[in-house]
Parts: sequence; C-alpha cells; structure tokens
Amino acid sequence: MANIVLFAPLIGAILCGFGWKIIGETAAQWVATGLLFVSAFFSWIIFLTFDGTLAQIHILDWIQSGSLDTAWAIRLDRLTAIMLIVITTVSSLVHLYSFGYMDHDPQWKEGEVYKPRFFAYLSFFTFAMLMLVTADNLVQMFFGWEGVGVASYLLIGFYYRKPSANAAAIKAFVVNRVGDFGFALGIFALFFLVDSINFDDVFAAGPALAETNLHFLWRDWNAANLIGFLLFIGAMGKSAQLFLHTWLPDAMEGPTPVSALIHAATMVTAGVFLVCRMSPLFEYAPGAQTFIIYIGASTAFFAATVGLVQNDIKRVIAYSTCSQLGYMFVAAGVGVYSAAMFHLFTHAFFKAMLFLGAGSVIHAMHHEQDMRNYGGLRTKIPYTYWAMMIGTLAITGVGIPLTHIGFAGFLSKDAIIESAFGAESAAGSYAFWMLVVAAAMTSFYSWRLMFLTFFGKPRGDKHTHDHAHESPMVMLVPLGVLSLGAIFAGMIWFGSFFGTHEQVNRFFGIPEHHAEASQGHGAAHGDDHGSDHEDAHGDDHAKAEGEAHAVAKEGAADHGDAQGEGDHAAAAGLHHGQAPVGAIFMAPDNHVMDNAHHAPKWVKVSPFIAMVLGLALAYLFYIVNPRLPKRLATAQEPLYKFLLNKWYFDQAYDFLFVRPAKALGRFFWKKGDGATIDGAINGLAMGIVPFFTRLAGRAQSGYLFHYAFAMVIGIVILVSWMAIGGGAN
Amino acid sequence: MISADIAIVLPEVFLAVYAMAALLYAVYTTKDKAAPALLWATAAVFAAVAIWIGLSGGPVQTAFGGAFVDDGFARFSKVVILLSASAVLLMSEGYLAKRDLLRFEYPVLIVLAVVGMMMMVSAGDLMALYMGLELQSLALYVVASLRRDSVKSTEAGLKYFVLGALSSGLLLYGASLTYGFAGTTLFSGIVQTAQGGQLPLGLLFGLAFIAAGLAFKVSAVPFHMWTPDVYEGSPTPVTAFFATAPKVAAMGLFARVVHDAFGGAVGDWSQIIALLSVASMFLGAIAAIGQTNIKRLMAYSSIAHMGFALMGLASGTEAGVQAMLIYMAIYVTMNIGTFAFIIGMEKDGRPVRDIRALSLYSKTDPTGALALLVLMFSLAGVPPMVGFFGKLSVLAAAVDGGLAWLAVAGVIASVIGAFYYLRIVYFMYFGEETEALDKNGSPILWIFLMGSAAAMVFGVFNLFGVDTAAALAAETLVR
Repeated sequence: MANIVLFAPLIGAILCGFGWKIIGETAAQWVATGLLFVSAFFSWIIFLTFDGTLAQIHILDWIQSGSLDTAWAIRLDRLTAIMLIVITTVSSLVHLYSFGYMDHDPQWKEGEVYKPRFFAYLSFFTFAMLMLVTADNLVQMFFGWEGVGVASYLLIGFYYRKPSANAAAIKAFVVNRVGDFGFALGIFALFFLVDSINFDDVFAAGPALAETNLHFLWRDWNAANLIGFLLFIGAMGKSAQLFLHTWLPDAMEGPTPVSALIHAATMVTAGVFLVCRMSPLFEYAPGAQTFIIYIGASTAFFAATVGLVQNDIKRVIAYSTCSQLGYMFVAAGVGVYSAAMFHLFTHAFFKAMLFLGAGSVIHAMHHEQDMRNYGGLRTKIPYTYWAMMIGTLAITGVGIPLTHIGFAGFLSKDAIIESAFGAESAAGSYAFWMLVVAAAMTSFYSWRLMFLTFFGKPRGDKHTHDHAHESPMVMLVPLGVLSLGAIFAGMIWFGSFFGTHEQVNRFFGIPEHHAEASQGHGAAHGDDHGSDHEDAHGDDHAKAEGEAHAVAKEGAADHGDAQGEGDHAAAAGLHHGQAPVGAIFMAPDNHVMDNAHHAPKWVKVSPFIAMVLGLALAYLFYIVNPRLPKRLATAQEPLYKFLLNKWYFDQAYDFLFVRPAKALGRFFWKKGDGATIDGAINGLAMGIVPFFTRLAGRAQSGYLFHYAFAMVIGIVILVSWMAIGGGAN
Repeated sequence: MISADIAIVLPEVFLAVYAMAALLYAVYTTKDKAAPALLWATAAVFAAVAIWIGLSGGPVQTAFGGAFVDDGFARFSKVVILLSASAVLLMSEGYLAKRDLLRFEYPVLIVLAVVGMMMMVSAGDLMALYMGLELQSLALYVVASLRRDSVKSTEAGLKYFVLGALSSGLLLYGASLTYGFAGTTLFSGIVQTAQGGQLPLGLLFGLAFIAAGLAFKVSAVPFHMWTPDVYEGSPTPVTAFFATAPKVAAMGLFARVVHDAFGGAVGDWSQIIALLSVASMFLGAIAAIGQTNIKRLMAYSSIAHMGFALMGLASGTEAGVQAMLIYMAIYVTMNIGTFAFIIGMEKDGRPVRDIRALSLYSKTDPTGALALLVLMFSLAGVPPMVGFFGKLSVLAAAVDGGLAWLAVAGVIASVIGAFYYLRIVYFMYFGEETEALDKNGSPILWIFLMGSAAAMVFGVFNLFGVDTAAALAAETLVR
C-alpha cells in the first residue's frame, strides 16, 4: 500500500509529462490528478489504521560501496503517516484546483500547451516529497530533499517568460544550496562518526555522539551539537528560517497553486520534519536545540513584522508561512516534537486554504495581486470569502480559552506557546514572548488582509471589479475540503499530539515503560519550578526532592536522590546501543510537555489575548478609520520603510554576497577565462599550431633527398643522445 | 630435429607454399581472370590460419636454434596481422576491379608480405629479423606501385623503395655493430651482454641504428617522411593495408628487439622510444591539420597513433607491452572501418579524396555518416568510444613506468589532434552545400564500416577480451 502511495505520483508525472501527446492534454491532467487521489486515499487508510509500530518496506538495494550500505526503503511510522496524509491530501486538492486556476493563463498565447507540464511538475514534486518523508536513511532523504528543490525551482520559474520568475527560481535554488551544504556536511559527519547513515544506526548512536568530540574548523566540537547544528542549517534553508528566508517571498512568483502546495503546506515544512525525524539525535544536542529555539522564535517575530506592511496578498501569506514555520521550530527546539508536528499538520490545512483562497481572489480579479486595489469583494465572491474567513479564524487561533475547543490553529499554536514557556530556560522564555507578540501581529496582518480584500469600498480598476466573478466548482471544492480540516483537525487530534503522555506515546508508538519513566519524573516536577531543564540530571532531582510534592503515580519519584539516579541509569541503558522505539524520541529528562500542560492560566490565555488585540487593532485601522495606517506610516517613516523593505535583508545580502560574488565571477570570466585561458588557447590554436603546421607542410617537400636528409638528422640525434645521455651510465 | 623445427613454423611454411602454388596456378591458367577467386581464397586462408594460430596454445617454443620464437606475443600479433590482412583484401576487390587493377599478383604479394610480417614478430635472431623485414618490404614496394600507369603510384613505390633501402642500411649497420660487440646475432645472446644496465657504447650505437631502422617501418618521426606521399600515391586499398598489418608487425618486432635483445638496458632504449613517441604524436597531430586530402590526413593520423603505441612500449614494463598490443588491435580495427569508408568515397564513379567533399554527407547517408562519426570520435580518443580506452591504457602504462611527462605530452597532442577528426565530423553534419557524394554502394565495405563502428561502441564493455589476450601475450615477452 505504501508503495502505491509513493509511486502513483511518479507514474502520474511520467504519464502526464511525456504521454500527453498520446493520450491528450485533458486526459493527461486527469491521469495525474486521479493517481494522486488514489495516493491520498491509501494514505488516509494507512494513517487511520496505523498502530504505531515501525514498518520498513524494502524497495531495492541502492548504494553499496565500502562500508556504506544503503537500501531504498520506506520507513513507515507515525511521522511518515502524518506527512503522507498532509502531502497527498493537499497535493490532490491542489491538482484539482489547478484545473480551474491554470485554465486560460494570460502568460501563454493561444494554442500553447503548458498545463500537462504543470501537472507533471506538481506530481513529480509530490513524488520527491514522499520520497523525502518515507526515507529510511539520510541519503535517500537527501535525494528527496534535492528532488523537491528541483521541482520547486521548475515551478517557481514556471512562468519562464517573466524575468522576475526566473530570478526568483534561481534565488530559491541558490539560497537552498547554502542550506543543503550544511545538510550534506551533517550527513558526512554522521557517516564519519557512526559509519552508517541508516536511521536506526544513527538513532542508536545518539548518546554516544553526545560524548564524542569532533575536530572541525580549527577547534573541537561536541559531535552531537555540531551534527545537529549542520542538519539544522539544511532545515533552515528548506524551511526559510531567518537568514536563509529571503527566497520564500520571492517564490510567490510561481503560480498560486504551487505556493499553496510547495511553499505553504509541504516542502517548506521538510525542515521541521527533519528535526522531528532526527529527534533521537537532537535530544542529545542541547546546544543545537537552543540555537533552533532562538532562530525559530526570531523568524516567527521577524516574518510577522514584515507581514504587517506588505501589500501583495500572496506575500502577506508567504511571510505568514515563514512566521508559522518559526513556531514549529520553537516546538521542535524545546523538545516537544509532537507539538511541532501538530502545528505542521494543522498549518498545512489552513495555510493551503488561505493560499488557494488568495488564488481564487486573484483569479476573480484577473490576476491583480495588490490588496490596495481590492475591497468590498465579500458580496462578489461569497464562497471564497467564507473560506478565507475560516482560514483566518484558524491561523489567528480563535477558540474558547482554557478548553480544547477551537479552530485548528488555536490548539496547535497554543500548544507551541505553552511548550516554549514550559521549556523553563532563557531561550524558552525568549521564545515565549516572541511568539506571543508574533501571535498578535499574526492576527493583525491576517485581519488586515481580510478587511482590505473583502470589506470597505472597491478600490482600483473599476472594470476589474465589475467583472469580478466567483471561481468555478473545481476551485471551490478543494477550499471546502480544506476548510473542514482547518476547523476540525485541531480538535480531533489534539489528544494524540499534545494530550497526556499515554495518548501521545500510543499515537507515536513509543513503548509504555518509557512513558512510565517520563511520567514519573514529570509528575515529580509538578508545576513550574523555574529550573533549567538542560541542567544536569542531579540538579533536576535535587530540585524535585527539595520541592517534595510528589504526586507519585509510579512511586519512583518519592525515592531519594540516589534511587532517582539509579532509575535514570536504567532508563539510559535502554537506549544505549539500540535505536529508541517510536517515531519521535523524548529523552527521559525531557519534561517540557508536562510543564506545558501545567503552565499557569495567564500563559494559556496570553495567545488568545494577543489575538484579540491584533483583531481589534486591525478593525480600528481598516474598518473604523481607514486613514489611520497612512498617518502612522508617515509618522513612523523610518520604521515603516524598515519593515516594508523586509529589514533590508535583500539589500544587505545583495551588498555582502551577491555583488562580491558577481564581481569575482566577472573577474574570473573576463580576466581569468577570457584573457588568460581563452587568450592562451586561442594563441596556441590560432597562432602557434598553424605555424608548426605550415612548417611541417613545407618540410614535406616531396623531394627524396629531403626525406633522406631528415632520416640522417634523426639518426644523428639518436646517436648523439645515446653517446651523451645514455652512454654515461 | 628439423621436423620439430618445421612443425613450429608450419603456418609460415604453409602460407609460403600457398603463395607459390597460387602464383603457379594463376600464371599457367587464366591469369588475371582468376584474381577475384584467388583474392577470396587468400582472405579465407588468412582467416583460417588466424584461427589456427589463435587456437594453438602451448608453451614458448623456439626453432632453428632460437632464430624463430613461437610464443604468446608472436601469436597475438600474428592473429591481428592475418585478420587485418584478410579484411583489407576483401575490401580491395570492388575498388581494384572497377579500376582494372585486380591483378592475380596482388593477393600473392600480400601473402608474401604477411609471411614476412609473421617472421618479423617471431624473430629471435638479427638474421631472422632482417629476413622477415625485407620479405615484407619487397612485397610492399611492389604493391605500392600497383597502378603502373599512374605517376603518383610509381612515385610512391619508388620513394618507398629508396628510403626503405636507406633504412635497411641503417638497420644492417646497427645489426653489425651489435654483432661486433655482442659476438652473436641471437637475441638471447645479446641480452646476456647487455645485462645490468651497463651497455658498451658500441652496443648502444647498434641499438640506436636498429631503432632508427625499425622506426622507419612504424613511420615514427623523424623517419616518417615517406608515409604521407606513399599513402597518397598508392591505390586506396593498398594504403589501407599499409596502415594496418605492417604497422602491427613493425611494432611487434620493435617490442621483440628491445625486450628480447636489450631487455637488460630498459633505461637506454626507453629514452629513444620516448623521444620518437613524443615527436610522432606532435607531428602527427600538428601536420594533419593542414591536410585536405583524407589519405594524407590518415597518414599523419597513423603517425600520431604510432606515437601513442610507442608510448606504451617506452614505459618498458609488461603493462606497457600489453597497452601497446591493445592499442594496436584497436587502431587496426578503427582504421579498417575508416578505410572502408574512404575506399567507398566516390562522386560519379570517380574516387574523391578531398575532405571538403564530405560536406553534409549526413543527409545523403545518415547511417554511414554516423558510423564515420563514431570512428572519428574513437580515433580522436573521445570517451566512451573504445579508442579512448586504448589511449587510457598507454597513458596509464606510461605514468606507471615513470614517464608522466610523456603522458602529459600525449594528452596535449591528442587534444590538438582531435581538431582534424572533429573537422571531418563538422563537414559531414554542418558543412556547406556541395555536390553530394555517391552513397557507399558496396555491401562488403558497408559491413566493415558498420562492424568497425559497432565494435568501437560495444567494445567498451570488455574490449571483446582483447585486453586479457594482450596481457597473456605481454607476459611471454617481458620476463
């Protein structure tokens, strides 16, 4: 069944991309879409019937070279199952949606065939993404990783007649290379130290790596930290985290379905998936985890600030994606991987829907993307309006505080914010505050988008507004399906992702005795006692003993310090030499999730308050007094410019990297290649060689005595050579 | 004793007797009318003897007191010589018949030349060496001027003869010097004198002169001057023959002399051969650029290729001899295919030799053009054609033999040389519109062209086992 899920998109891509001339344009599109629906159908069956035990399905032996022994296999566990439904569901809906959206694209002239190519790229992307998430080793994952990179490049540059689309495609590719370089180095380092890149071996080596030092770049590093850091660099590139984020907004040059599928729901979450997948390693890399928290929180904040002032509807959502990815990384960084996956899961639904809704708006407005030219579209495109409304309610996190009832984003985002608080570290509190502020800004820019687009008076070209029309059924159905996900996904699966330990463990296939150990400790910790969880075990235990309010479900916690240590040793021993069981791994001393559950009420309510604040402010700015934003922008000119120019990241990179690289390239091109190499080769080829050719031609005079003379000269040379050089020895 | 000797040289004796019998038969019966049948019979006999020799294994045997050596090296060379001679004979028929050149002496002379070549590669004595060499050369002088009524053909024969005589003189002078210092003409005796790397100066001079004589036969620079003129002047099938079998024989003889007779002084002759090699590679590459006549071009091409083969020999190792043998086998295969094409180059029934006439040949005959493209790429040494692996093996042998500079020079020369091979491809595919050549009509030529091109492509898998055979052959020579 997993094989069908994996290969159906590939077959679809091949049939559609190469076979459309035979089976016809429309049939090719239906083949690709149909196969994806098959894939999605089986994915849901796998997900719903999955019992949590790991299955490895061998496909073929792949690379065998020296001690490198790599098979192409499907690693089917809970993480994979989650990703499977996310990818195939969104992808199949996007395929369907594209029937409407890509019809009569103004980028192409009459009679040009572009749709099968688009569908083939989409299907190929889906296959590569599935290969990434089903990987059983890092090389396989890297192939999928690069495959989605290629597909992303092709799709961003799909409108290849637009120079800006080509530039954006190249930018996405190049920035991702930076990240991939780190990822590749991480894989090399793992192979160097563990002598294997299969996940089972790598996971088993986690504790050992934590005690290994590796010499790299002039100094010794802790191996686990260094590898975690390098892998995270790769994740940063793919998931557009701060410093490597610049490509994501530009990637909006691609068609909107692409943005929904690749740059919102699936590919950009690959980095989060990578960190969760490598959780048995990151659990032993506290330094790398801290780094992830800082980067994730900063990204969430930074992207939200930029999102406040953007006018292009797709760019707003793009920065929103960037920001939400930051949330996920914070969750992964503090060690609550299930919360990261939870947000990934719900985000895929509501963000894909927001993009598809935006696409529907753009479609209705004849490819106008500037929100300043929208307004009052509520009545013109009611279905799209309601879909966007649900998406906005989901992303801003609307729900009933202190219960588990609300839109998908409410549950998953709050889970992350509570987890950040529960980390009880400096990084954790930094992340907590950043995320709460970002939540307020998320609410603001999301509502700003809604108000500017659907409320107020129509602005911009009157003709366009008069002809605004609701999108066809093929575009509305995906919106409907996704809105179901955006409403219910959070409430249905909250328990599995972020419920009690038993629920989460059962969901992710983590054996019960781990759970007991963790639960026991968690209970011992009880409420927040402000300790840094990255401290040594002993420290934790001392605190636990000192506080002495043992809830003592398992009895382990009310033993003395020594007893606690002993338990720990036993628990650690289980992991030594063998991979931890379960899709994600939380070290025995990782109690962040319990801390999060026991967070104070003000913590749990704060994101809701932030959301309401953002909403109120947006309402004030764009409904009550629409002149206010302009006044504020003039009053705070430098700040506004700073945000509008995205913190000048592009300009700084242009100055720091692009220009020097271009200058260097031009130098090597003009001086190195042009003058030196070409000059030398041309001189040789057009000056010296023909000279000798003429000389040889003249020597070949046709006269016998010349020939005989040449032979005599030859023998003279040989004999002299022998007499002088050879005879000496 | 004598019967044992005869048993060892039986293939040569058989061929010699066959040549006499064929001559007598043709003279006393239908003369030239018998020529086609005789030609086919001779080709068949060559193939049969090749199979006979190829299948006969056994240890190293010597006959006539060591003057004749029958070992794996000789057998390998003989098989290559016989097969290429057979192929060239078959390719000749149509061309010669059309121009009324198909005389019954032609196959007979070829047989005699081949017997001489077989003697050369089996020589174990300076006498045997000279006998084989002259038997071969005399037959070749005659076939070079096969077209008696053409000034160019007779000029070619005469030039070849005069210069050949000069080279024989050099060789004989070297042989007498060697005899004078070693006291024996047997290779096994000379090698004992030349033991330990301490050669008397006289013996060194002898070696230099012998090398000069042999270099003439393989047309290595600066003893190459006859090659373009003779290639151009001779009838094309004869040129094809010159370019293949005699080169193998001369190379084999060269290897035998330096290893069997001067095996103890590798350092000395290695320098000479390296010098010849580098000069040949560069002159072959550079001078060919100016040529528009495809036969002259192939003459320079063969000079350059001999340079590469000599590079393998210059390394002085067993791997070097193996690489040289592989290179020669590949070279012969490529040249048979290329000459099959050249023989078929006609416009309105008249032979055309200007490479510019090939313009847009790909439109007239796409398959033929593709085959020639493969052969040209292979000659230039472009991977993944087999020709590349030939070059690779000699380069590897040179590097392993401590002649890295020679290998570098070889690579540079092959880059320069690639120009004129690729220019032919350029003309065929992108040239200007001219009067089209006739389509290659002869099925035999077509088969050889296609077979050779296919071998260049499909040989990359295992070189058809030639490398293993060459390794065994090299093992018997270098001990």
